[in-house]
Amino acid sequence: MRQLPLISTGVFLDPTSWVHLDWILLVVAAWLLIGVAGVFALHRLALVARVLFPAGGAFGLLLFGVALSAILSSPEVAVLPFGLPGLPFHFRLDSLSAFFLMIIGGVAAGVSAFAAGYFRKGEGTPPGLLALEYHIFLASMVLVVLADDAYAFMVMWETMALSSFFLVTANHRIAEIQRAGYLYLLIAHVGALGILLCFGILQADTGDYTFANMRSQEILPDRASIAFLLALFGFGAKAGIVPLHVWLPEAHPAAPSPVSALMSGVMLKTAIYGLLRIIFDLLGTPVWWWSLVLLAFGLATALFGVVFAAVQVDMKRLLAYSSIENIGLLFTGIGLAVLFSTQGMPVMAALALTAVLYHVASHAFFKGLLFIGTGAVLHATLERNLGKLGGLIRSMPWVAWAMLIGVLASAGLPPFGGFVSEWLLLQSFLFSPDLPSSFLNMLIPVVAALIALVAALAGYTMVKFFGVIFLGQPREEKLAQAHDAGRWERAGMAWLVAGCIALGLFPVQFIALIDPVTQLLVGSGLAKTVGSSGWLLAPVAIERASYGPAIFLLGVAASFALAFLLVRLFYHGRVRRAAPWDCGFPWQNARMQDTAEGFGQPIRQIFEPFFRWERELPTAFDAEPRYRVSVTDPFWHWLYLPLAAAVERLARLIGLLQQGRIAVYLLYSFVTLITVLLVVEL
Amino acid sequence: MSEFVAQLINLLASTLLILAFAMISQRRILSLIHLFTAQGATLVAATLVVGYATDQPHLYLSAGITLVVKVILIPLLLHRVINRLNVRWDIETLINIPTTMIIGIVLVIFAFDLALPISKLSASIARGTLGIALACVLLSFLMMITRAKAVPQVIGFLSMENSLFFAATSATYGMPMVVELGIALDVLVGILILGVFMFQIREQFDSLDISHLEKLKED
Repeated sequence: MRQLPLISTGVFLDPTSWVHLDWILLVVAAWLLIGVAGVFALHRLALVARVLFPAGGAFGLLLFGVALSAILSSPEVAVLPFGLPGLPFHFRLDSLSAFFLMIIGGVAAGVSAFAAGYFRKGEGTPPGLLALEYHIFLASMVLVVLADDAYAFMVMWETMALSSFFLVTANHRIAEIQRAGYLYLLIAHVGALGILLCFGILQADTGDYTFANMRSQEILPDRASIAFLLALFGFGAKAGIVPLHVWLPEAHPAAPSPVSALMSGVMLKTAIYGLLRIIFDLLGTPVWWWSLVLLAFGLATALFGVVFAAVQVDMKRLLAYSSIENIGLLFTGIGLAVLFSTQGMPVMAALALTAVLYHVASHAFFKGLLFIGTGAVLHATLERNLGKLGGLIRSMPWVAWAMLIGVLASAGLPPFGGFVSEWLLLQSFLFSPDLPSSFLNMLIPVVAALIALVAALAGYTMVKFFGVIFLGQPREEKLAQAHDAGRWERAGMAWLVAGCIALGLFPVQFIALIDPVTQLLVGSGLAKTVGSSGWLLAPVAIERASYGPAIFLLGVAASFALAFLLVRLFYHGRVRRAAPWDCGFPWQNARMQDTAEGFGQPIRQIFEPFFRWERELPTAFDAEPRYRVSVTDPFWHWLYLPLAAAVERLARLIGLLQQGRIAVYLLYSFVTLITVLLVVEL
Repeated sequence: MSEFVAQLINLLASTLLILAFAMISQRRILSLIHLFTAQGATLVAATLVVGYATDQPHLYLSAGITLVVKVILIPLLLHRVINRLNVRWDIETLINIPTTMIIGIVLVIFAFDLALPISKLSASIARGTLGIALACVLLSFLMMITRAKAVPQVIGFLSMENSLFFAATSATYGMPMVVELGIALDVLVGILILGVFMFQIREQFDSLDISHLEKLKED
């Protein structure tokens, strides 16, 4: 534990005595320096891409390693004399923040390596400036997670929002991107207001905004509930829960792919971090109905996100909706954890929380991977529209195989990370019959069924995503010339692929890392029960449910090998290649295969009331018949446009005051004077 | 003796009130300036009388400043302005004059009602005139509102300043010297700036009708 700033204690000069926090602050300082170096190399792409971004990635790896060992060690604090005089920044590293730092470092390492090969000349903001914004963004995320007082937290939170805003609007000459950036900034700021007000309640009129003080304050349940709702609003705006999600599908396609990867993979998780920190750490005892709010919003978000992801035709927009879905799952899991911990079932709460944290990690890795993969596709083909891609597995095998891993993890299939987290989440639902309230007993199975539906639809969406981009025949001529990813891009993708696979194969070891976090938050953990069952993952008791990824993988590999051998044995040499009876169509071209719109059509039919869609049907006389469907977000029409219209009406009313006539303005002051005099007289 | 002085102050105060009404009803700019000069002169006289009656020599000084600034300098400047701009004649009002007079009467009653409790607290020899001073302030304000041209509005503004000065004299034997000097300078500078403005308005719109300024409003 260190209370004083590094420099004044003299340990600054002696790295052997550094604790984890010192190393993490070193990473932050290094990132800032790299960013500043970018300013001096504004237009020197080679320097920025080959030196600065890889260096940033190396420090990401360092952060990953340090955070990994910090999870298991005791909390560390530091007070840095930055900011306003008499108002220093407090930082604290405990296992919760270390866990999120590990994710930031891990994803940043891969994405930075990819970015080294990604940024090209002539894309709006000069590369040096992008490097500055990018590294400030990384540093601010680290400091958000480390912050131990409301002041430092808000400063870093806003820095994060601003730096990512500039990254989103890297191609700021395009009107659509400007609009997306504005929407993002607006919602980020409205959300930040909610968080600020929440801290205002948490400090309980003491005027002391350190988290240590907030932790020690006992606030009344009513005020705590208001604080909870404010935090839900503020962090929900950043995470993208319905109906505050509208910025995600706009900002993600607008941003350069490494930035989308960081925003979706890591930045959304800082909102989850904030919510966990406030609910379980700062607010004290939660109230049981909070869990219902969280479950309701989480489920609505998950369902909405996945249904919309299924009908998208822009690949990055599809991934953005998929992120909304995953955030919904995380909120549902948090809701469940709150529910169990208010009902006095800490082990169950730890199970739900483990599922949440596991999913945070696996989503960070696979969504980062998928977003940078779309970046590689975008660079090779200059297309984001699924309708103009296809068959890329032949020209870009590297990217295709990496994306296959990401897609499988995202669809929640074993043996990848996504499966473990969704399985744990469903397991925690299955334990809900132990709840004391019969109302909840009836409610929870419905929720579990919806979660299962969401998981299935996510699989459907991912089949569409991978199939339309990489399989089949190229839908455009130019796709045949698409080039595979470069060396740096491959390195970044390989690192994230390794993360996805490791999360899938070593759940027991990873849960041992989550254990200190759940111990901190709900006072219980799974490590003991999980650890006792060896390689088999059994969250609560081995006789209830268990999952062995290694066994599963062996099973898959064995049956695959068996099938291969059998086919080889019995059919080898008996395959005859000949022109088949062509069933009436002698050739097959790209226009005959299923399209993204076509694949999503059943979902569009089933969930029709959800959508607002426009369809353009070809007539019988079109030379080049085209079928086009565009689905727009109903929340624009239900919520945001009426809200904007109301604000405009109000502004117009206020505008009536401005007549432009001096006599009227004088009359205003005259009437005010007379009124004031009358009041005085009375 | 003091009875006589008090009556004299009351007389001068009512002269000010009558002049204020006269200014409201006056259509011609030239006469307006004459009325303004007369108002200044009355103010000088009132200040001198209060100064003599209460033996406050600094009031003589402020009377002198008022004489120089408001009776001689500003009317001269105004005369020059209207000669240059050639707007000696007519003024249109936004509300017709009888209506304005009725509103004015209501304001006077209101001002007297308002001043009554305050003057009871004051020990000043001229305490009865506080209501009149307040009424003059409100009437000048009214004049600024109802006039459509720039010059009468400026005169309304100056006359309001006169009334405030009178209110200060009658309630508390004048403001501190520094404040008075400051205000005198302010008024002088203000009138210069407003003069520049009037020329500019005239240059832009070929008229001093301030309704043209409505175009400056943002839509």
